[in-house]
Amino acid sequence: MGQYLVRRILTIIPTLIAISFVIFAVLDLAPGDPTSALPETIRPEIRQQIRKAMGLDEPFPVKYGLWMRQFFVNEPLSLIENAFDIQIGDGEKRLRVTSWGSRGVPVMDMILERVPQTLWVVGLAYLVAIVIAVPIGVISAIRQYSIFDQVGTFISLIGYSIPTFFTGLLMILLFSVKLKWFPMIYDTNLQVVDWRSFVEQLRQSAMPVAVLGFFQAAILARFTRSSMLDNIPMDYVRTATAKGFRERYVVIRHILRNSLIPVVTLIALGIPAIFSGAIITEQIFRVNGLGALLIGAIQLNDIPLVQTVTFIFACLIVVFNLIADVIYGILDPRIRYS
Amino acid sequence: MAVGTETASAENLASELPQRQHRTLWGDVWLRFRRHNLANVGVVVLVLLVIGVLAGPLIYTVDPEYSFIVDDIDSINQPPSVNYPLGTDDLGRDTLARNLFGGRISLAVGVVAMFVSITFGTMVGVLSGFFRRLDNPLMRFTDLMLALPSLPLLLVIIMLFRDALKKLLGPELGIFLLVVLVIGILGWMPTARVVRGSVLSIKEKEFVEAAVSVGTREPVILWQHILPNVLSPIIVSATLGVAAAILTESALSFLGLGFPSNVPTWGRLLFENKDFITQNPWLVIWPGMFISLTILSINFIGDGLRDALDPRQRR
Repeated sequence: MGQYLVRRILTIIPTLIAISFVIFAVLDLAPGDPTSALPETIRPEIRQQIRKAMGLDEPFPVKYGLWMRQFFVNEPLSLIENAFDIQIGDGEKRLRVTSWGSRGVPVMDMILERVPQTLWVVGLAYLVAIVIAVPIGVISAIRQYSIFDQVGTFISLIGYSIPTFFTGLLMILLFSVKLKWFPMIYDTNLQVVDWRSFVEQLRQSAMPVAVLGFFQAAILARFTRSSMLDNIPMDYVRTATAKGFRERYVVIRHILRNSLIPVVTLIALGIPAIFSGAIITEQIFRVNGLGALLIGAIQLNDIPLVQTVTFIFACLIVVFNLIADVIYGILDPRIRYS
Repeated sequence: MAVGTETASAENLASELPQRQHRTLWGDVWLRFRRHNLANVGVVVLVLLVIGVLAGPLIYTVDPEYSFIVDDIDSINQPPSVNYPLGTDDLGRDTLARNLFGGRISLAVGVVAMFVSITFGTMVGVLSGFFRRLDNPLMRFTDLMLALPSLPLLLVIIMLFRDALKKLLGPELGIFLLVVLVIGILGWMPTARVVRGSVLSIKEKEFVEAAVSVGTREPVILWQHILPNVLSPIIVSATLGVAAAILTESALSFLGLGFPSNVPTWGRLLFENKDFITQNPWLVIWPGMFISLTILSINFIGDGLRDALDPRQRR
């Protein structure tokens, strides 16, 4: 396992480099001039100087190399400095990836500012989804073809067929416009200081969390059900039943334990996807999170910010793929990594 | 066979028997598909929707861009009525006409993008399953593509190349090609993996061995023996691919990065009208309902096809 882990972590490095190359190349080779958003009144020679200061005239490999150094060396160093309040080398002179849209604010600072909102909504939604979906999937499978199963399967098929941007709008229509239970727009400035503001926070999170959670729950419930159904006809289940264990015991101690292995892996694999799903949900409810940052940056043509956010999404995918593999190896002793 | 004498039923049986032996593969698939109730509902709904958006604008000849304010100042944000079957939007344009027209583009994007991704996915899958030397590089490439965050990347690519293609091919065709190509190119990986898996298992089957042993050349084995047998996973992922592509296009349009505003796809209609949700909720409900119905029926059909095409369920 240890050896496998080291090897897997080592394969992450070329993958990340390849991904960073793709993202950088797409953004760099694209037509369009980043100085085109500047006012027309700027004289051509000054425009040229701006381009030079931005490093736009360098050849592609140089730009890519410089960006890599900023991203993989300078940014982590600055993060460590900020986290532990220490000084490593010449921190003041170190070039950081800065935003074009917000006048040289380091991109990482902007991202860190947005992460809590996204994490709160996404995390809560995922928790809700897991808590709802796994029991539904399990019961559906045990009582296959029962009314519960049929209704559950139907609802989950609906849940993952209706796009989140429509469920979101429907919920706004029902709960904000008609019933006035929840606020329509998520207020990011809300500080949770006392009980009342905490309730307010829960109220404004309810709809985004429900929308994202319902979608994820539909996928998870379907997957849990089919994983359970794969295990129910197994010989070990028949053996356990034949030994006279009660059904509850067989289900929980035997079937569930085996069926949950792929489910846990899917949960780990789904985390990056739910982050990109949050882009849409954040847009519906105006949650000021990572997704909103990305959309804003795209509209402003803020290339460094777009590159960084996209790359962070890619890192999430790679890292959670690794985590899923490792979890699978730990949970299933039949898997031997050689 | 409720009533009837012994002989009659025996005759019936006798006349049925030869028919049963003549069942074809696809006839069998059809029979099994018919048994899947939800899939049949899906087919009916989808056919209605497709007929609606194809024939609808021919019968219902209201210009989707025409603003009725010119005729009647009160014709903005109307609820459904006799004059405007689905109501009008904030500029007095007819919602039914816009939805019918938008449906054409949404469905076209779905089908064409699916063809792009299925063609590419099948090619990669067959090549890497069949030729051992290509397997590793192609699958590493697939893994790399799977690790790319597709929605952010889609948004970025469309933002960057939109203007260039608009200049080159005109606003409608340019964006259509861009959206379709990008969705297709970022969506072929699951197909490639499934096809590769099927090719790998079919390659080891006896009939392939037999074909090899009588000296069949590789291209013939590929086309005649392997490809027909991986058709079922391809069909299933093609069906689900249409739904995924429609969903992606709607999501892009919903984020304001899909088609321009004079091309009202369903997603675009949602995007434009979401700010009028308090004044006129119908504007949001219709396109959302059409998208959901389309995707739901396609997913039902996909589920039915998956079961029907599974040879283990053959009875």
